[in-house]
Amino acid sequence: MKTIVAYVENKPGVLNRVASLVRRLAINIDSLTVGPTENEEIARMTIVVHTDEQGARRVTACLEKLVDVLLAENISGRPTVVRDLALIKVSANQESRPHLMDLVKVFRARVVDVSPESLILEISGTVGKIDSLLEVLRPFGVLEMARTGSVAMTRGADQLRPPATGAETHVIEMPSQAHPPAGRNTDAPLALPKV
Amino acid sequence: MKLTGAQIICETLHRLGVRHLFGYPGGAILPTYDAIGQSPLHHVLVRHEQGATHMADGYARASGGVGVAIATSGPGATNMVTGIATAMMDSSPVVCVTGQVGSKLLGSDAFQEIDITGITMPITKHNHIVTRTEDIARSLREAFVIAASGRPGPVLVDITKDAQQGSTTLNWDATAPQLPPKRPRVAHDQDAFERAVEMINSAKRPVLLAGHGVQIAGAVNALDRFVRRGNIPVAMTLLGIGTFPATDPLNLGMMGMHGEAWVNRAVQESDLLIAVGMRFDDRVTGDLRNYAAKAKKIHIEIDRSEINKNVRVDAALVGDAREMLEHLIPCVEQTDHSEWLAYIRELKGDSAVRDIQSLPDTGHLYAAHVISDLWKETKGQSLVVSDVGQHQMWEAQYYHHNRPRSLITSGGLGTMGFALPAAIGAKFACPSDEVWVVVGDGGFQMTMCEMATIVQEKINLKIAIVNNGFLGMVRQWQEFFYDKRYVATPMIAPDFTALAGAFGIRSERVSTREGVLPAIRRARESSETVLLDFRVEQEDSVYPMVPAGASLHEMIRRPSPLVETSTEP
Repeated sequence: MKTIVAYVENKPGVLNRVASLVRRLAINIDSLTVGPTENEEIARMTIVVHTDEQGARRVTACLEKLVDVLLAENISGRPTVVRDLALIKVSANQESRPHLMDLVKVFRARVVDVSPESLILEISGTVGKIDSLLEVLRPFGVLEMARTGSVAMTRGADQLRPPATGAETHVIEMPSQAHPPAGRNTDAPLALPKV
Repeated sequence: MKLTGAQIICETLHRLGVRHLFGYPGGAILPTYDAIGQSPLHHVLVRHEQGATHMADGYARASGGVGVAIATSGPGATNMVTGIATAMMDSSPVVCVTGQVGSKLLGSDAFQEIDITGITMPITKHNHIVTRTEDIARSLREAFVIAASGRPGPVLVDITKDAQQGSTTLNWDATAPQLPPKRPRVAHDQDAFERAVEMINSAKRPVLLAGHGVQIAGAVNALDRFVRRGNIPVAMTLLGIGTFPATDPLNLGMMGMHGEAWVNRAVQESDLLIAVGMRFDDRVTGDLRNYAAKAKKIHIEIDRSEINKNVRVDAALVGDAREMLEHLIPCVEQTDHSEWLAYIRELKGDSAVRDIQSLPDTGHLYAAHVISDLWKETKGQSLVVSDVGQHQMWEAQYYHHNRPRSLITSGGLGTMGFALPAAIGAKFACPSDEVWVVVGDGGFQMTMCEMATIVQEKINLKIAIVNNGFLGMVRQWQEFFYDKRYVATPMIAPDFTALAGAFGIRSERVSTREGVLPAIRRARESSETVLLDFRVEQEDSVYPMVPAGASLHEMIRRPSPLVETSTEP
């Protein structure tokens, strides 16, 4: 499992492009989360994919070829904080409720809804922590669950920032040339139109 | 002054240097067609939108500029899909403009509405839909930048009918491309560079593998100086043909599945491969486990995602091929590699005796003879556009190209039907060039409607149909791998000469070896398009052949003596 962080343009269709590309590479997406960043024009994705180191390299390299992807990086193996959030509706009665409250304390979860027959627990943490809570809740009867998928951030000074507007872009660093070239110059680089 | 969106499309394309548009009108693009009529743009009416994209592709490949295709919404747009995918696989800069139903109708399954940006997402470098007149100019300008820069590719701009009909002022400065910022290209990797230099200078049996990227990057001259300094033999991919002169002693020729035996042997026995602007396609490498096992590998490539994709390399130089070669040239020690070159000459001698050109004339007409005579008669100076199949491989083996952009063919996607329309586009790009279409009887029937385009545009092409009455390459696979069970490969073709006549194109049929040269001469003398129907040996195969999945040195060689079949399909 590899965790990839990507900065993308915050506009329609980008999620589709990213998901479609990973599908085309025949790589399974375990989770994909997307949300706005402090800059409203840029969104941040955390993509967890079933692949190896080489597959992750290919995913990030291919993602960065998409015009709307500003940066994509595999952060697996780097010191990171990875968090998942889950809402779990578990069946609860007079008798089981105190036991559930004990578990909530142990797992540092929160009770966000109480009804005569059930509780909704909110828990955030690593995938492993949520999975463990889920395991111990099963005997009580898990009625429903919603999970967000992972969001991830590298720790400390290891900062992942989107490239600034006006940054060098390899998309437009081409020699400017008239289009089309006069006659056939057999060794002219690809003519870039004066745009 | 206010312009309509349609007028802005024409004005923007004109300012971008576009002269020719290849397209087909329809409801959702009608406003733009009305504006084309008032503009200096020359519109070429195709007979099928697939042809329009192939023409734009052929135009782009021949000129080195961007080719433009235009079509209406719905079926017009979906017909473009094959041509777009062809351009994508071969890194060809094509901009497709499609009409779309009005923005208020989007998503309503309106007449001729189709989600063409969704359909073409995986086969374009980029695409987008434009719903506002104000966004048209910038979108088209961005499309041109994206199509032509870095590793080129097709871009599709889908413009709604109301955006074409609306009006606004065109402010050129205010509509400059604003592409999302990217991080700076990975800084020059000095470590990889030094390792590469060390490998080059210590190699005893180096081979340079030249791909399509060499001519896209304009690195033909740099490559020439690089290999002459180190006396490094050059093998080429199918699309790399022309990047190094075929008649040069350092040239090995095409490598891979139908590469000559000496080329693949040289690759397999090399101790260093220097791959430039190529992507180690499976048709080039054969079985990856045994591919050039003794060789270290250097990969010079602009697309980072190609590095270590198929073949693990020892040094990757990510960047422009021309820049990288220019950096390397002064670091390469002058070497003669005389032992290695002598060994390769020996391998060549072994193959020559099996060459069909060296066998006695039995009166049978082989495709190889046709191509070889065409090469001799045109002195290798023609621009050849080949289709896909056996004739494509024979063309690559027997027409010796000495200059870049003189062979245009569909490599990556292997699109049958590509040649005729692509040649029309190429002729518009290079009107003074003699353009030959080399095409099989199968592929020709896929897009032969474009003969009408030739006649309407009064252009001068020479069409050589290599007609063996079979889908030859598939038949060859059936012969080798399916016990000669020829399922769905024998093919009845129309009388191509009569058909050409119906279109108003002069034609000749040639069934004998003596007839080839005079027919080619007569065709060349004509100032109009001429179609030559060469009736060749029916069950000839392309040799050598590395079966799919086999190692590069496990070739099927031409059997001797020849087994001959009828020449009359």
